[in-house]
Amino acid sequence: MGKYIVRRLLQLIPILFGITFLSFAMMRIAGSDAVMEKYSNAGAAVSQEVIDAAREELGLEQSFFKQYFLWLFGMLSGDMGVSYISGLRVFDTFLSKLPATLLLTAMSIFLTVVISIPFGILSAVSYEKSKESRRGLSKFLFALIDFVFRFFSFIGNSFPNFFVALLLMHFFSIRLGLFPVIAKGVSFQSAVMPTLTLAISMSAKYLRQVRATILEELQKDYVLEAKARGVKNSVILWGSVLKTSMLTILTLLALSIGSLLGGTAIIESIFMWDGVGKLAVDSIMMRDYPMIQAYVVWMAIIYVFVHLVTDLFYHVFDPRVQQQ
Amino acid sequence: MKDKKMRFPGIQKSPEQKMHKSSIRKRLFLFGFFAGLLILCSVFSGWLCPYDPYEQNLEQALAAPSVHHILGTDRYGRDMLSRVIIGSRTSILGTLFLVAVITVFGTFVGMICGFYGKWIDGLLMRISDIFLAFPGLVFALAVAGVLGGGLQNAIIALVAISWPKYARISRSQTLAQKEMTYMKAVKLSGSSTWKMLFRHILPNILGPVLVTSMLDIGTMMMELAGLSFLGLGAKPPMAEWGSMMSDSRSLLQTVPWVVFAPGFAIFLSVMIFNLLGDAVRDYLDPKMR
Repeated sequence: MGKYIVRRLLQLIPILFGITFLSFAMMRIAGSDAVMEKYSNAGAAVSQEVIDAAREELGLEQSFFKQYFLWLFGMLSGDMGVSYISGLRVFDTFLSKLPATLLLTAMSIFLTVVISIPFGILSAVSYEKSKESRRGLSKFLFALIDFVFRFFSFIGNSFPNFFVALLLMHFFSIRLGLFPVIAKGVSFQSAVMPTLTLAISMSAKYLRQVRATILEELQKDYVLEAKARGVKNSVILWGSVLKTSMLTILTLLALSIGSLLGGTAIIESIFMWDGVGKLAVDSIMMRDYPMIQAYVVWMAIIYVFVHLVTDLFYHVFDPRVQQQ
Repeated sequence: MKDKKMRFPGIQKSPEQKMHKSSIRKRLFLFGFFAGLLILCSVFSGWLCPYDPYEQNLEQALAAPSVHHILGTDRYGRDMLSRVIIGSRTSILGTLFLVAVITVFGTFVGMICGFYGKWIDGLLMRISDIFLAFPGLVFALAVAGVLGGGLQNAIIALVAISWPKYARISRSQTLAQKEMTYMKAVKLSGSSTWKMLFRHILPNILGPVLVTSMLDIGTMMMELAGLSFLGLGAKPPMAEWGSMMSDSRSLLQTVPWVVFAPGFAIFLSVMIFNLLGDAVRDYLDPKMR
């Protein structure tokens, strides 16, 4: 176990270097002249001396790799430069907006789990029952239940999440007036709509995965064998099938956090939710390169660590992996 | 045919399996037909529009859906139906182009990795690891932002985040093919490397790759529209479904059809391509269900 953790952490090092290098290089190439960008954003014409001085200050005269390592050390000590727009320290701004995004992510995941795990299981079990049952009516009813869930999951999968957001806005905010169209700070009222949007899109995808995982487990030989021994279906389901497939289900959930972290950007900016996603979109619009850089680097680092924790978690709880 | 059955009694298909196969084939043709219709519609969109999609007519601005304008008009009095139709060119053809580029590029990289192994494999796979470390659209947002928006740059951004998946798939498939006995025969018979790669390996790994890319069309369409929605893809006045929706977002309260028409166009196309993708998967690889 200890060995595994060490190996996994060592693997992380090149990835982290890659992430930071790529982000750095991209922004350097894009804002090839950070100084010009800065002053053109300010809208002022400046003399060559001022530009040279600013270059000197930012260390742009040094070699590319030296700049990268200076930037990397700065990043590690929480110094990622200053925003071109607000003049505030980029890292502080990012940190101040991060809790809102994490809150939104956590709530959407919670809602997704609440929706898709029970319904995914129900859908899979109904499918099995419809295959097994002989009587026409019950066969039809079970097949119908499965079909309804699969149908909604399919429809949900085909809606882009920004369209879901606009539809919810139209019906809940404008028609019914239940929730505010635009978030006023971080509150329960303003959190409902973005959470719902993200959870709908994610549940559609996740319900399918839960269903597939359970079905795969139900097809295994030990289930057939238990049935032959006359073990009750409910005991097989709750005692063995769910226990073994829950690990896969939770892993899939952890992996989908990635698409959620990326997906919040659009939703946050539609609902004016004051998190890092909206910050990133705003920064992109205003070409605030240090801010975009902070967003990209930190989101990737968070994601990599979520992966790591998932892997370790899997390792601890799955005896089959431990034996290898 | 009869001969074959005699020799391999074990792999004879039961009537039930045959039924299943034929129903999958029906599904494949049905959704393939719809998808083909969508593609034809986007190719010939210029001829299909009842009005000029770019001609402004302020007297007619924001007209409700009627006989003359089935989907109403937008704030410049442009016919929404025509704009949705012409928008399919960017949205559908753009997406297909995007998926084609990712598939070809990713597959090629994966084949090289799997075939040559050694340092080139290590290097390219480490690079793909780095790209995979960026969650979802985060990296695409940054790339599109840095390049400054535009449809072309949005496509580049999505290619940048999506190729590793294809490289992974084609690499593992290539590795599996390399171990097969027939590859030894091919090698012994003195085939050139390129011939081995493209005549022998490629046709054998195409199935899984194709399934993945068919299933990805819908997702890519949504992501491309999402970038345009944020103003990082197609730029107005170019008609594109995502940017049309974000353009008229402020009108949601008063004239919802201006927002919903392109939205449902995305939904329908994504749905059709998803259904087709599922059918292709079931047809080519029933195990993956």
